[in-house]
Amino acid sequence: MPYPTDRKYTKSHEWIQANGKSATVGITDHAQEALGDIVFVELPKVGTELAVGKPFGTVESVKAVSDLFTPASGKVTEINGELATSPEKVNKDAHSAWMIKIALSDPKQLDGLLSAADYEKFVAEEGGH
Amino acid sequence: MSSVESTPAGATTVRKTALNAVHRQMGAKMVDFNGWEMPVEYPASIGGGIINEHMAVRTGVGMFDVSHMGDIRLVGPEALAAVQHISMNDASRLAVGQAQYSALLYPQATFVDDVIVHRLGEEEYLLVINAGTREKDFSWVRGNTRQFDCDVEDLSDAFTQIAIQGPKGVDVLQKLTDADLSAVKFYWLTRGTVCGLRNILIARTGYTAEDGFEIYIPADEATSARVWYEILAAGKEFELVPCGLGARNTLRLEGKLPLYGHEISDTISVWEAGLDRFCKMEKSEFVGRDALVKAKAESVKRTLVGLEMVERGIARDGYKVLDSSRREIGYVTSGSPAPFLKKNIALAYVPPELSEVGTALKVEIRGQGVGAKVVPTPFYKRPKKV
Repeated sequence: MPYPTDRKYTKSHEWIQANGKSATVGITDHAQEALGDIVFVELPKVGTELAVGKPFGTVESVKAVSDLFTPASGKVTEINGELATSPEKVNKDAHSAWMIKIALSDPKQLDGLLSAADYEKFVAEEGGH
Repeated sequence: MSSVESTPAGATTVRKTALNAVHRQMGAKMVDFNGWEMPVEYPASIGGGIINEHMAVRTGVGMFDVSHMGDIRLVGPEALAAVQHISMNDASRLAVGQAQYSALLYPQATFVDDVIVHRLGEEEYLLVINAGTREKDFSWVRGNTRQFDCDVEDLSDAFTQIAIQGPKGVDVLQKLTDADLSAVKFYWLTRGTVCGLRNILIARTGYTAEDGFEIYIPADEATSARVWYEILAAGKEFELVPCGLGARNTLRLEGKLPLYGHEISDTISVWEAGLDRFCKMEKSEFVGRDALVKAKAESVKRTLVGLEMVERGIARDGYKVLDSSRREIGYVTSGSPAPFLKKNIALAYVPPELSEVGTALKVEIRGQGVGAKVVPTPFYKRPKKV
């Protein structure tokens, strides 16, 4: 699956799509593939202040538990409540099944993240699928 | 053939079954399991994924490579006496062609391993043992049977073991063998030609809490691959799905089948694990019996129960179990979403006074006490055939 070029990626396999000072966050197709059948997504409450690099939630597949890491600092403005009842949407289309929206405290933090091409290269080097 | 590949000094060796290349070719996700590189699940593009694989076995048929399991053969005039001495179930009840669940115990009544004892002939028994305990089991069996007139052989690397599991397993395998499978009852075995290979051991056993068969074929790569693909082709009309260790674990958990290192281990006793019905105290002697008698008189301090999460959260292996006032009272041995039951379930050790069905407990998940209750086990029981 090609990685959309309208967003940035982390080495911990999240994507972040910024629109001015607001941004949407999810996990990558590679991440959902590595996890397998996703059965549980735990997200922070609206209003939570997130710090870059720190965990903001948890995603669980049948087999594995994995932390979600904050790609850029900010305050949670919205969560995708649909994932509480339909977590499998992340497997079906990870790049549209977003998890949280945040009000960025410093949009410049995105400059340090990976482009789609760089992320694809990173995944290939990591020995991913 | 199972091979041991050497890796650079200091690194541990990874073992592979004869079907390793086949799994890779099919796109399976491979993981390390007790030192074995095994498929955990197959890709969704061929019907895989743990949930699909699990459902295939419950409602149709799935196939597993379980060649990592070990096999010990005891043969000779005193083979029965040897098996009786080292195992807790009563092998004297086995007819030729019958199998039973049993366990090897240490003198202190904890587990060396759990095993399936197959009676292959008048004086011939096959113990099928766990992958992670192969060497330990074999040296233990050998060390404890020296006084008997029988040969003890490690046949672990001689077989590729394939499990064909699910209500339609019988239909798939019947297409490939001349043996009359309808005559083979659950936990019985026969021999027959399978995929053109003569005298193949076919056992109606498994680790999925479902009907099914396990076949033992020669462990060379070419034969193993040929048989694998022939089963896959024969299973096509039944929508057979290749299954990995992920589904194997969730299937056995729904059926409350113990896993060594989790529900049973060298620190857990038969009584704690609730395996009383496979332990025949009327046998006059076997390793561990004296300690079992003593332990019975003292009553257990913990017992294995089934838990179902009543609040949102998934209990995982090793998580703490808390009472309603959040005091730590036990731990989860195996926990997972149950794909067929569509619940989050777990097995856990708790004090007997908190083991009653219906008892409200909590499982500590990421620092939070999440509500659970004790439920009857097994969580899943296969429907009886009419």
